[in-house]
Amino acid sequence: MAKKTAVSFRLNQTPVDVLVEPRELLIHTLREKLATTGPHIGCETSHCGACTVDLDGISVKACTVLTVQCEDLDVLTIEGFAKGGQLHALQEGFMQEHGLQCGFCTPGMITRAYRLLQEIPDPTEEDIRYWMSGNLCRCTGYQNIVKAIQYAAAKLRGEAVATSHPLMEEVTV
Amino acid sequence: MNEISPDLSRLERLEGIGCARKRREDPRFIQGRGTYVDDIHLPGMLFGVMVRSPYAHARIKSIDTSRAKAMPGVQAVLTAEDLKPLKLHWMPTLAGDVQAVLADGKVVFQNQEVAFVVADDRYVAADAAELVEVEYEELPAVVDPFKAMQPGAPVIREDLAGKDVGAHGARRHHNHIFNWQIGDRDRTDRAFDAAPVTVKQEMLYPRVHPCPLETCGCVASYDAVRGDLTVWITSQAPHVVRTVVGLLSSIPESKIRIVSPDIGGGFGNKVGVYPGYVTAIVASIVLGRPVKWIESRNENLTTTAFARDYWMTGELAADTDGRIKALRVNVIADHGAFDACADPTKWPAGMFHVCTGSYDIPNAHVSVDGVYTNKFPGGVSYRCSFRVTEAVYLIERMIDVLAQKLGIDKAEIRLRNFIPEEKFPYHSALGLDYDSGNYAPALRKVLKAVDYDGLRAEQAAKRADPNCPTLMGIGITTFTEIVGAGPSKSCDILGIGMFDSCEIRVHPDGSAIARMGTISQGQGHQTTYAQIIATEAGIPASLINVEEGDTSTAPYGLGTYGSRSTPVAGAAVARASHKIREKARKIAAHLLEVSPDDMEFDLDQFRVKGDPSRAKSMKEIAWAAYNNVPEGMEMGLEAVDYYDPPNFTFPFGSYLAVVDIQKDTGEIKVRRFYALDDCGTRINPMIIEGQIHGGLTEGFAVAFGQELPYDEQGNVLGGTLMDYFLPTSMETPHWETDFTVTPSPHHPIGAKGVAESPHVGSIPCFSNAVVDAFAHLGVTHTGMPHNAYRTWQQLRDLNIAG
Repeated sequence: MAKKTAVSFRLNQTPVDVLVEPRELLIHTLREKLATTGPHIGCETSHCGACTVDLDGISVKACTVLTVQCEDLDVLTIEGFAKGGQLHALQEGFMQEHGLQCGFCTPGMITRAYRLLQEIPDPTEEDIRYWMSGNLCRCTGYQNIVKAIQYAAAKLRGEAVATSHPLMEEVTV
Repeated sequence: MNEISPDLSRLERLEGIGCARKRREDPRFIQGRGTYVDDIHLPGMLFGVMVRSPYAHARIKSIDTSRAKAMPGVQAVLTAEDLKPLKLHWMPTLAGDVQAVLADGKVVFQNQEVAFVVADDRYVAADAAELVEVEYEELPAVVDPFKAMQPGAPVIREDLAGKDVGAHGARRHHNHIFNWQIGDRDRTDRAFDAAPVTVKQEMLYPRVHPCPLETCGCVASYDAVRGDLTVWITSQAPHVVRTVVGLLSSIPESKIRIVSPDIGGGFGNKVGVYPGYVTAIVASIVLGRPVKWIESRNENLTTTAFARDYWMTGELAADTDGRIKALRVNVIADHGAFDACADPTKWPAGMFHVCTGSYDIPNAHVSVDGVYTNKFPGGVSYRCSFRVTEAVYLIERMIDVLAQKLGIDKAEIRLRNFIPEEKFPYHSALGLDYDSGNYAPALRKVLKAVDYDGLRAEQAAKRADPNCPTLMGIGITTFTEIVGAGPSKSCDILGIGMFDSCEIRVHPDGSAIARMGTISQGQGHQTTYAQIIATEAGIPASLINVEEGDTSTAPYGLGTYGSRSTPVAGAAVARASHKIREKARKIAAHLLEVSPDDMEFDLDQFRVKGDPSRAKSMKEIAWAAYNNVPEGMEMGLEAVDYYDPPNFTFPFGSYLAVVDIQKDTGEIKVRRFYALDDCGTRINPMIIEGQIHGGLTEGFAVAFGQELPYDEQGNVLGGTLMDYFLPTSMETPHWETDFTVTPSPHHPIGAKGVAESPHVGSIPCFSNAVVDAFAHLGVTHTGMPHNAYRTWQQLRDLNIAG
C-alpha cells in the first residue's frame, strides 16, 4: 500500500487538511473524508458529470481528479452555494422551473451552470445546451434545466424573473 | 389586479389537485442535502466488491481466496461454499425461478457474481478482488435465443435438469422457460383465412437498460445484540425486499427494517433483489459490522436488470378499407440465464396482451416463449408497465405496415380503427377491460396543432425533388397504456396482492403526516400526495409531511413501478383522506350541535347546509378531535387505507414526430415532437410536464441509440457510458406537450398515471417516423436503434447515400 500524503486545500472557502493515498480520487475524499456528499458518483468514466465541482475556476469531474492535485487550490461544491440562508439564483431557478426530479444530477448541474454563468452571463439556449452537455440527466429531458439556467442568468443580471409554472395555471374556480 | 374571490385565495392556500405546486423535495436536492444510499456512512462500515466472471459460460474448477484474505484490511471473502451452509447460495427470483447469489460450480453469463470481498475501504476491497484467483474451464456460450432453442444447444441451466415443468407450465427444451398464450387461436386463424388483406412483420425490440444515474447499492447493518437487521437500499419496492429478505434469512420481518432513502432514478432497474444485496447482508451478519455495496456503472449496465430483448412477429388481417379483423403475435423472449423478470406471478409476459392497442380488434391471439441464453438476467419494465412498451411498439408499428400496404394515410387508418367512445368500458379480444378513452378527438387535436396536411404536402414536395438533401418522415402513434397493477385477483408478487396503502394522522394543530407503501425516485410524491390530501381532506398541502420508503414506519405497499403510484397508492391516499373527512364531519356536527347529515364539506371546513356562517375549519376540528369528540367516538384523527384496485387504468396519448434524415450521412434530426397525453385527472401540471419531458427523452434514447449487444462468445459490448447512449442536452429534441382529460371512472379521483406513457408512446413514434421517411421506397420496417450508421447502411442499400 502506498504511503499517505498530506494535502491542504480550501473547500467552499474553508481550509481543510486531509491525509490520502496518492491514488485517491477527489470525489472519494470529498464524500468519505470531508462529509461533502452533494457531488455524486454516476459513472466513474467522466461521462455523467454528477461529480462536477469547481476547481480554481474550472469545472472538473471529481471522479477523475486526484486529491493530491488539489494542493492549495479552491474547491467549490454545491454545499458552498447558499449563503446566509439565501439560495443562490441557480438553486432558486432549478426549483422554480422544475429543473430536477430525482435530484442525483442536480449538484453537478448547478455547479457546472455556475461556471457557465461566470463565463457567459447572458447565454443563449444553444450556449446552455453546449455548456451543459457534459452533465447527464435521466429524468428531465433538459428542457426545464435550460429554463432554470435562463431564470438564474436573468436574476443575476438584475432582471425581473417569474416561474413558468404559476400555481393556479390549470385551476378554475 | 382583479379582486381575488375568497374561494380562490383559500384554494391557493390549500395547494390541492390541479395546482402547479413547487416541489417539496427540491430544497434538499438543490443544496446537496439529499440522502442517497451511498451518502450513508456508519461507524465501522466496511465496503464490499464483487469478483465477477470474465466468461459467459464456464465451469469453475477452483477458487483460491487465500491471497486476498491475507491482504491487510480485508475482513472476509465469500464464495458459494460459504453461503451453502446458510442455504443462501441461490435465491428465488420474482418470476418463480432461482438465481445463483454467488456462482455455484459454473457461471452462465459474463460478469456473473463469483465472490464477494469485504474490506476496510473501497480501495482495499478493489485491490483484494484482483487477488481472488478463479480457474475456469470455458464452455460454449449461446446468446441468440433462436439458437438456444435448437437441439444440441449448450445446456445453460444444469440445475434444472429433468425439470419439464417450470413456474409457468411445461418446458419443451432445456433452454425453454415457458410458453404463454392468450386469446382465441382458432377464431383468429379463421379471421386470417377469410381476410382479403394480411400483413406480417418481424421486429426486434433490442436489449436495453434503464440506466438510472444512481447505480444500485445498499448498506446492510446487523445488530447482533438486538438481532435487528437494517438495510438502506436503492429499491423501488422496499416492503417486498423485506419479505424476500425474511424468506431468505429466516429473520422475522418484525426484526428487519428496509429503508429506501432518496433514490437517484429507478425506471425499473431497482425493482429486483440482486446478489450484491444478499452478500452485503450476509457479510454484515457474519462480521457484525455495517457493509456497503455500491455497483459501478459497468456492473449496473451488465448485471442488474436489463429490459426488453423481445423478438416479435406481428400479423394483421384486415378488409380492403383497412379495418382490422384480427391480430396474431408470436414472441421469443430472451430472459438471459435466470428468469428474473418482474411481472405479476400469473403473467410471465406481463401485460403484453394490451397489444390490441387503441383499436377495436375483434380477434387476437398471442403466444410468448421465454428462453434462457448466456446473458445477464432481467426483463424488467424500463419506464413502462410490465411488457407494455413491447406491446405498444408492436401494434403501433403493425398498423403503419398495414397502412402502407393499403396506401391509406397513417392518421386515417387509426381513425378508422379506434375503439369508439361509446364502447367504453371496452372488453378487448385479449380479455382486458379498458376503463375509459376518447381517442379520435385527441388525434385530431394533434393533427390540427401541427398542420398535418401541410406536413404531408411538404413531404410530397421533398420526395419529388431529387436534389433535396434530406428524407422527411412523419411518425404517428395513438397508444393506450395499461398501468396501475393491480387487482389482486390477477396481480401478485410472490403471492402478495398488488394493493397499495396510505396512513394519515392529523395532529392537534391541524397539520398532518401521511405515509405510503410506495417510494419516489424523482416523481415528486412528497408534493403530489399532499395535494390529493389537501383537496380531499381540506388540509393545506404545506402542513402535510409525506413519508415513504421506511418499512418500520410506512404501511405495507408494493412500491413504485409500472406507473402504479397514482392509480393505486394515490387512490389509497384519497380514500384515507375521505375517512378523515367523514370523521371530521361528525366532530364538526357535534361542535355545532347539528346532525352530520346537515354538514357540507367546503374546501377546508365543514359548514351547516343553508347557513354558511356556521362552520368549523379543519384546523378547529383537528383540535377538537383530541379533546371534544361525540359520545362513543374514539379520540384522534387518523385513517389507514389499503387499496386493492378493481381494475387497471388505461392512460392514452397521441404523438406526432417529424424527422429529417441526411441522405449522405444517415444522421437523423427530430425537427418536431408533439405529445398529447391523457392521464385522466391532472394532479400537478408542472410535474406532469416534467415527467413527460423525461419519458420522451428516454424514448428518444431507446429509439436512436440504446442497445446492449453481445458477441458470439457472450461478451457484452455496451457496458459503459462510452458505448451506452444517454442523450445529452445537445442531442435531446425540444418537446411540445398537450393534453386532454378523460378521467378513470373507477379511480376515486379519476387519475390514471402518466410517467411511463411518454416512453411507451414515443419509441414507436420515432420508429414510425424513420420508416415513414423510407415508405415511398417500399420499406416497411427498420430495426432500432436508428443510429446514423444503421440508417446510412439503409440509405446505401437503397442507392440513396452519396
